Amino acid sequence: MSKVVVVTSGKGGVGKTTSSASIGAALAKAGQNVVVVDFDVGLRNLDLVMGAERRVVFDLVNVVQGDAKLPQALIRDKRLETLHLLPASQTRDKDALTEEGVERVIEGLRERFDWIVCDSPAGIEKGATLAMRFADVAVVVTNPEVSSVRDSDRIIGMLDSKTRRAEQGEKIEKQLLLTRYDPARAARGEMMKVDDVLEILAIPLLGVVAESPDVLTASNLGCPVTLHDPASPAAKAYTDAARRLMGEALAVRVPTEKRGFMERLFGRKAAAA
Amino acid sequence: MSLFSFFTRNRSAPVARDRLQVLLAHERALDGRGDLVALLQQEILAVIARHFPIDQEKVVVKLDRGQRVSTLEIDIEMPDEVSART
Repeated sequence: MSKVVVVTSGKGGVGKTTSSASIGAALAKAGQNVVVVDFDVGLRNLDLVMGAERRVVFDLVNVVQGDAKLPQALIRDKRLETLHLLPASQTRDKDALTEEGVERVIEGLRERFDWIVCDSPAGIEKGATLAMRFADVAVVVTNPEVSSVRDSDRIIGMLDSKTRRAEQGEKIEKQLLLTRYDPARAARGEMMKVDDVLEILAIPLLGVVAESPDVLTASNLGCPVTLHDPASPAAKAYTDAARRLMGEALAVRVPTEKRGFMERLFGRKAAAA
Repeated sequence: MSLFSFFTRNRSAPVARDRLQVLLAHERALDGRGDLVALLQQEILAVIARHFPIDQEKVVVKLDRGQRVSTLEIDIEMPDEVSART
């Protein structure tokens, strides 16, 4: 049984694309057949984050509109043969997507893959609603920051009312992925703690990814952090999240601050998982 | 910087949490309100219309969700000709 996962947030810049690529790669590394679909028509970036920007020939809009067959638009990752990308169009806008067209594409992908990871655009417009429309599971990416938490709450409301599953009275699984978490600032009371955000949003926790330079390095190089630097705390958090999605009962590791005596004295800090 | 502000500086996270809790309780209520209130108004109108004609704006439904008490207020204005008959 294949699973459709939407990676969504409402707010932009919280790490949806990075998380889609990292979780997709981690699932593929575990031997699963994975496709990551970019729904951000007009502002595609998943191709760049996954290092496939020069290999895009056809895209999601071409397939939705019947101008290309699904296998023509799928790009197989050069590092992992079980990882695939379905890029978004850069020249069209979100109105080029139709619900029937997207449904057809998702059905086609369900026949080929174990996991269909849908990278949602920011906002609550058509692109975002279509990305979540046929999802079985939602990963709500949130930063410990007021505007991101508010937008996530809104998105959770939409997942419960606007998805196909919700309309049919079935449950849509929603899980929280807290990203750009700074354990040192949280410890000092400058940033909401994991529990604060969990209490407010009231959905299960999929993982906590600490703010980390490794994530930027990975996207600079066009390689998901779970492939580029699997030992880094961020990659471990994403890999654990992927294992939890696969059904493993794995306790969530919340990053804590690790500070030596000298660092404590001079106020420098390092995050560690 | 006073000694007091040294110990309390930057403890802004609890403020963020409290503001969000208040705000989201309000916004979630608004979300649900749209549908429920419209539905109630429609159904009440339909029931009344079975007995006498009534304008849509004569039935006012208000839902207020407070932290402790929520109230549902239904205000129906009888048309003059009907009140005269009864």
